[in-house]
Amino acid sequence: MDFAFLSSTMVTLIRALPTTLVLFSLSILFGGMLALLITAMRVSGIRLLSGFARAYIFVFRGSPLLIQMFLVFYGLGQFGVIRYSFLWPFLREPMVCAVLSLALCTAGYTAEIFRGGIRAVPAKEIEAARSVGMSGLLLVRRIIAPIAFRHALPAYSTEIVLMMKSTALASLVTVWEVTGVAQRLISQTYRTMEVFLCAALIYLVLNFLILQAMNLLEYSLSRHRRPFAPGLRA
Amino acid sequence: MMLFELLGLGGKGWGAFLLLATATTLAVTATALAIGAVAGAAIAAAKLSASVPLRLLGHVYTTVFRGVPELLIIYLIYFGGSSGLTAVGQWLGYDGFLGLPSFAAGALAVGIISGAYQAEVFRGAFHAIPRGELEAAMAIGMPRRLRFRRIIVPQVLRFAIPGLGNVWQLSLKDSALVSVTGLVELMRASQIASGSTRQYFLFYIVGGALYLILTSLSDRVFNTAERRANRSMSASTIGGA
Repeated sequence: MDFAFLSSTMVTLIRALPTTLVLFSLSILFGGMLALLITAMRVSGIRLLSGFARAYIFVFRGSPLLIQMFLVFYGLGQFGVIRYSFLWPFLREPMVCAVLSLALCTAGYTAEIFRGGIRAVPAKEIEAARSVGMSGLLLVRRIIAPIAFRHALPAYSTEIVLMMKSTALASLVTVWEVTGVAQRLISQTYRTMEVFLCAALIYLVLNFLILQAMNLLEYSLSRHRRPFAPGLRA
Repeated sequence: MMLFELLGLGGKGWGAFLLLATATTLAVTATALAIGAVAGAAIAAAKLSASVPLRLLGHVYTTVFRGVPELLIIYLIYFGGSSGLTAVGQWLGYDGFLGLPSFAAGALAVGIISGAYQAEVFRGAFHAIPRGELEAAMAIGMPRRLRFRRIIVPQVLRFAIPGLGNVWQLSLKDSALVSVTGLVELMRASQIASGSTRQYFLFYIVGGALYLILTSLSDRVFNTAERRANRSMSASTIGGA
């Protein structure tokens, strides 16, 4: 094993890590917000809105992310309306296109996960809240959202890990994140295995950290399921 | 009309090209699923075995191939496979560069990834077999292999159908990444068609629509398969009562 090469590869790859993290966090943030909107439409009970949400989820979950990303990156610029609009300076940027398509795609998956969480809210809790006069946003904020989020958390952490892996596709629209840099190193040095091991290690550590953080969040959100005092064990 | 000319099946149309590429996508995915089934069964067996090193191996396999970006694994197999093949060629006295065919590299890469997911599916399906049935088979003196063939395999396959459907959909979408190796499957074909006509939007929409058709059709196939496989079971057994 050539440790000098491994460590220089690792340094090069870690320099690309901020790009990966920016892609990841922005797309999780925007994707999450969009997912909330889609979920709200899906469960709204208004046929037009829920139909739109259904179609959205079908399209973005049913086709590969890569084709969505290319559609945004190459396809949008084809239209004069977009090319000459105020949006063009943003949409010309590969980074913006990558985040946009990652967020659009994850919103489809996340909306389904959130909907699953909402369906898991026991009807009696909603009835209880209604019987004490809660309704509308207060009901959502105090009862539905917290319970739904907690139920959705395990599936949502899987989706977040999948998103971390999906950021790799941004390299195909010329955003130089970890996988893109790894590919460049492979074609320069032909030392596939070493570069792969370094890049894989970075992703595995990131996934591990994400899953730990999500476990911690799940733990802190389920205080009511733990015994009253930590010292007392039944 | 320009649209029909561009998408037409004959002459200057790209229709036939895209349909052929759709068939390639299906072929890559099917091959990958078959490779993944073999790998997945082996890894599931390793994860369920009593031996600690085997369990560890299974755990490492599923963690790595589910946790690392698919693109990176495709690069590993495509570039790594080619340099491996060239090394073998040199050893046999051939001096040139030997490339791994992109179909083989793509199917192998997607297969290895789907193997990691299939291993989890098979493992879950194995755990869904009622313990009593295995005990009953042991009690009447069925040997290990016969037990495997008569009790375990038929039920694992039945319980695994929904999970395998998910893995198929996943692999179908992963197969789009194989386009980086130059294999002309649906993704690469959309790229070529849009690049040479400068109709990017049109061809990516058409490509995306073809993927949607593939995923929704295969959803139906797996639903039908699941219904048929469960025909012999009463509703109460499936309901887990």
